[in-house]
Amino acid sequence: MVWTNAVVQGLLLGGLYALFSVGLSLMFGVMRFVNLAHGDFSVLAAYAAYVLVEHAGGTPLWTFAAVVPMAAVVGFFLQHFILDRALGAGELSPLLVTFGLSIFIESALQQGFGANNDSLFLGPLSYQSWKITNTLYLGRLEVIVFVVAVALISGLQLFLSRTQPGRLLRATADNPRAAALSGVNPRRVRALATAIALATVAVGGLFLAMRTSFTPTSGSNDLIFAFEAVIIGGLGSLWGTLLGGLILGVAQTVGSQINPADGILAGHLVFLAVLAYRPQGILAARNAAL
Amino acid sequence: MTMLRLEGVTANYGHLRALEEMSLSLDEGDILAVLGANGAGKSTLLSLISGELKPSNGRIFFNDVDITHLDPFQRVRKGIALVPEGRHLFASLTVEENLLVGGSTRRQGSWSLDAVYDLFPFIKERRRSRGGQLSGGEQQAVAIGRALMSNPALLLLDEVSLGLAPVIVRDLYGGLRAVANEGTTLLLVEQDLTEALGVASQVLCLLDGRVVLTGSPDSLSQSQMITAYFGDGESAHKSERS
Amino acid sequence: MSTLEAPVMTNRTVKRYSRNSLGALGIGAVVAAVLVVLPAFVGESSINQLTQFFSFLILAIGWNVLAGYGGMVSIGQQAYLGIASYAVLYLSLHGVLSWWAAPIAIAFCGVLSIPISYLAFRLRGSFFAIGTWVIAEVCLLVVAQIESLGGGAGASLNDLNRFSPNTAGDVTYWVGLAIVLISLASVALLLRSRVGLALMSIRDDELAAEATGVNVMRTKRIAYVLSATICAGAGVLLILSNLEVQPNSSFSVQYSAFMIFMVLVGGMGTFEGPIVGAIVFFALQQWLAANGAWYLIILGAVAVAVTLWLPRGVWGTVDPRNRRSLVPLRHRVSVSATVESGE
Repeated sequence: MVWTNAVVQGLLLGGLYALFSVGLSLMFGVMRFVNLAHGDFSVLAAYAAYVLVEHAGGTPLWTFAAVVPMAAVVGFFLQHFILDRALGAGELSPLLVTFGLSIFIESALQQGFGANNDSLFLGPLSYQSWKITNTLYLGRLEVIVFVVAVALISGLQLFLSRTQPGRLLRATADNPRAAALSGVNPRRVRALATAIALATVAVGGLFLAMRTSFTPTSGSNDLIFAFEAVIIGGLGSLWGTLLGGLILGVAQTVGSQINPADGILAGHLVFLAVLAYRPQGILAARNAAL
Repeated sequence: MTMLRLEGVTANYGHLRALEEMSLSLDEGDILAVLGANGAGKSTLLSLISGELKPSNGRIFFNDVDITHLDPFQRVRKGIALVPEGRHLFASLTVEENLLVGGSTRRQGSWSLDAVYDLFPFIKERRRSRGGQLSGGEQQAVAIGRALMSNPALLLLDEVSLGLAPVIVRDLYGGLRAVANEGTTLLLVEQDLTEALGVASQVLCLLDGRVVLTGSPDSLSQSQMITAYFGDGESAHKSERS
Repeated sequence: MSTLEAPVMTNRTVKRYSRNSLGALGIGAVVAAVLVVLPAFVGESSINQLTQFFSFLILAIGWNVLAGYGGMVSIGQQAYLGIASYAVLYLSLHGVLSWWAAPIAIAFCGVLSIPISYLAFRLRGSFFAIGTWVIAEVCLLVVAQIESLGGGAGASLNDLNRFSPNTAGDVTYWVGLAIVLISLASVALLLRSRVGLALMSIRDDELAAEATGVNVMRTKRIAYVLSATICAGAGVLLILSNLEVQPNSSFSVQYSAFMIFMVLVGGMGTFEGPIVGAIVFFALQQWLAANGAWYLIILGAVAVAVTLWLPRGVWGTVDPRNRRSLVPLRHRVSVSATVESGE
C-alpha cells in the first residue's frame, strides 16, 4: 500500500513538474535554446507573492491574479531587450546570457531575503486531505494543484492547435524562415512564447511555494526537473511533456519511499536511463516541432 | 505604373560578389521571367526583393516606397510574397494550417482558403494532411497557395518546377496564369525555359551577377537567349566558380 | 575578356611562429621561472593566494577548451572537480600521500569522462548544457551518501598535517603551478595538432567539417576529455589547499558560473582569454568577497553584459584577429609574390 501511495503522490507532484516544463519546451521550440534562468523566474514569482501577501495581507491565492500577468509582461520585455539581442549575438550567447541572469537573480534574492526557506501558507487548505483508504490520503491542495496544472497544459495545447497565434507559434518553431516569408513577425512570436513561458512557470512557482517551500536558489532544481520532464517525455507535444513530468514525479516519490534521501537521485537516474536507451524521449512526436 | 524598382543594387555573400550594380523596374501586371545558369544571381535577386538579403549598396523601391531596410515579414505586409525554392512548408502543420499562417497578415484581397482550393483542387482533399506527408507537387501548390493567402501584389517564385514531373508543372503553371489574370504581378526564377517563356511578358537574363539581356519573349531570338544563358565560352567557364 | 591569367607561381611558406609569438614564448618562460622560485621570496599567505588563483585559472583553461574551442557549453564540469577532490581524499585515506594522489586522481577523471561523454553527447546545445549539470548533480548525490568519505558533511584531508604549513603550502603551490603549465601546454599542443584544426573547423561549421571528413564525435570527445582532465586538476588543487571537502561545495554549480565568467570576460576561444579572465575574476573576488551575495550579483550582471556587448571578451577585443597571440596556434601563410617559370 505504501507503494500505491508513493505512485499516487508522485503523479500529483508530476503534474506540477509538467507545468514547469511546458514553458521550457515552448521557448525551446521557437528559439532552439533553453532558458537557464527558467526555474529562477518561478522562484521570483514566489517571492513576489510572498511580498504581496506580507504587505497587502489576505490568502496567497489572490496573488495569482497579480503575479501571473506580471510574469507575462516581464517575459515580453525580457525577450525584447535581452534575449532577442542574445539570439543575434551567436549560437552560445542565449545560454550564457540566461545563465548569467540565473546567477544574478539567485544572488539578488539571496541578498534581499537571506538563504532561508520560505513558504506560502494557505491555512487549513495546506494540510487538509481526503481519505481514500486507511493508508491513502490525498492532500486537497495537492489534488487542486494537479487538476489546475493538467487543465492549464490542456488549455495551452488547445491554444497551440486551434488558435491563430498558436498556429503562428507552431509555424515559427517548425520553420522560422518560412514563417517570416509568410508575414509572421518573428520578434512578436518569440515575445509571445517567452511571455507564456514565464506566466506558466510563475503559476508553477506559486503552486510549489504553497505545496512545499522555496529558497533563493531552489530555481536551479526547478529548471533541472523541468528539463528532465521534457527529455523523458520527448519533445514535440505538450502531452509528452505531461507524461514526462508524471514519470519524473513518480520516480522521485518511489525513490524517496526506498530511501528518503534518494528521491531526487532516483529522478535523475530515470532521466539518465531514458537518455541512454531512448534519447528521443518516450512520447516523441515524429514530425512535430512543438 | 512602376511597381518594383531596383537602383544600382549590389549584393555580396562575404567576399563573394553575387550581384553587381543591378537596376531593374517592373510594372504592375508584368510577368517577368528571370533566366540564368546556376550561380548567375537569380536566387540572390529574389532574396534581395523578399528582404532576406540586404544589399551592400543601392536601393529598392516598391510602389515608390523605399523598402531597402524592411525585414521579410514587413515586405509581405506591403504585398511582396516569396515562394521559396524547396517549398519550405511547415512540415508539422496541416495543409489548411499552412494556408492560414500565410493569411496571418490580413491584407485585403480576393484570396481565401476556398479560392486557393479552387485554384489547386488537388490539395483540397489533402487539407488535413501534414505538410511533410505531401508529394513534391502538392507541396509546391500549398507553398504557392500560402503565399497567395497574403494577397500579394507581387508574387516571387523561385524554381517552381524544380524536381517535379512535367504534368504537375503544367498544372502549377496553369494556376499561375490564373493568378496573373487576377492582376497579380509575377517574378519567376526558372531553369525550365519552356514553361517560363510560355507565361512571361518580359524576360531578363542574368550572367555572373549582371543583366546581360532584357526584352519580351517574342522579340528575343533563341540564339540570343542561349548566349545570354551560357555566356560565351570564357564566361561560362567563369560562372562555374560561384 | 579573358579570365585566365598568366600562371603566377607564388612561394607560400606556412609559418607557425611569428616574431611576436616567439618573443611571447620567451616572456612566458621567464614568468614561469619567476613563479617557480617565488616561494623563496614571498610570504606564506601570498603563496596560498596564488595557489587559489591557480585553481581558478585551471578551471578557466579547462572550460575554454570545451566551450571556446569545442563550442560545447557545459554547466557540469564541477563534476570532475568534485570527483578529483574526493579521489585525492580516498587515496590519502588508503595511504597514498596526497601530493602523489594528485596525478592519479586527475588521470582517473580523464578516464571516467570517456564513458560519461557517451551519455552527455546524446544531447546537443542547450540540452547538453543542462544534461551535464544533471550528471554533476548525480555525482554530488552519490558522493554525499558514501559515509567513508564523510557523507554529506564532508571530510578533511589530514595526511599533510605532518609537514609544516609552510612546506605544505609551498609544495602544493608547486603542484598547482605544474598543473597550470601542463594544462596550458596540453591545450597549445592540442590546438596545434590535427585534432585542434578539426575542432576549430567543427566549431565554425559542424556540417562542413563532417563533409570534409572530420570525425566530429571523436574530435569533440577528445576536447571533452581534455577539459574534464584539466578541471580535475583544479579539483585536486582545491582539496590540497583547503585541506577539506564538502560535497555541496565541491560539486557546486557556482564553479560553472566562475568558469563561464572568467572565459567570457577574458575572451572565449582565445589562448590568453582564460588567463586574463582569471586575473579579473580573482581581483574582483578579493575586492568584493566580503560583500556576500553582491559579488555574485555583479558576476551575473557582468556575464550578461559581456555576452551582449563585448562578445569577444577583453583579449578578443584587444587582439581581434589573434595577431598578437602569445602562443602561436595558427598556421600563417606568407606569400612572396614572385613570378617564376616553374621549378
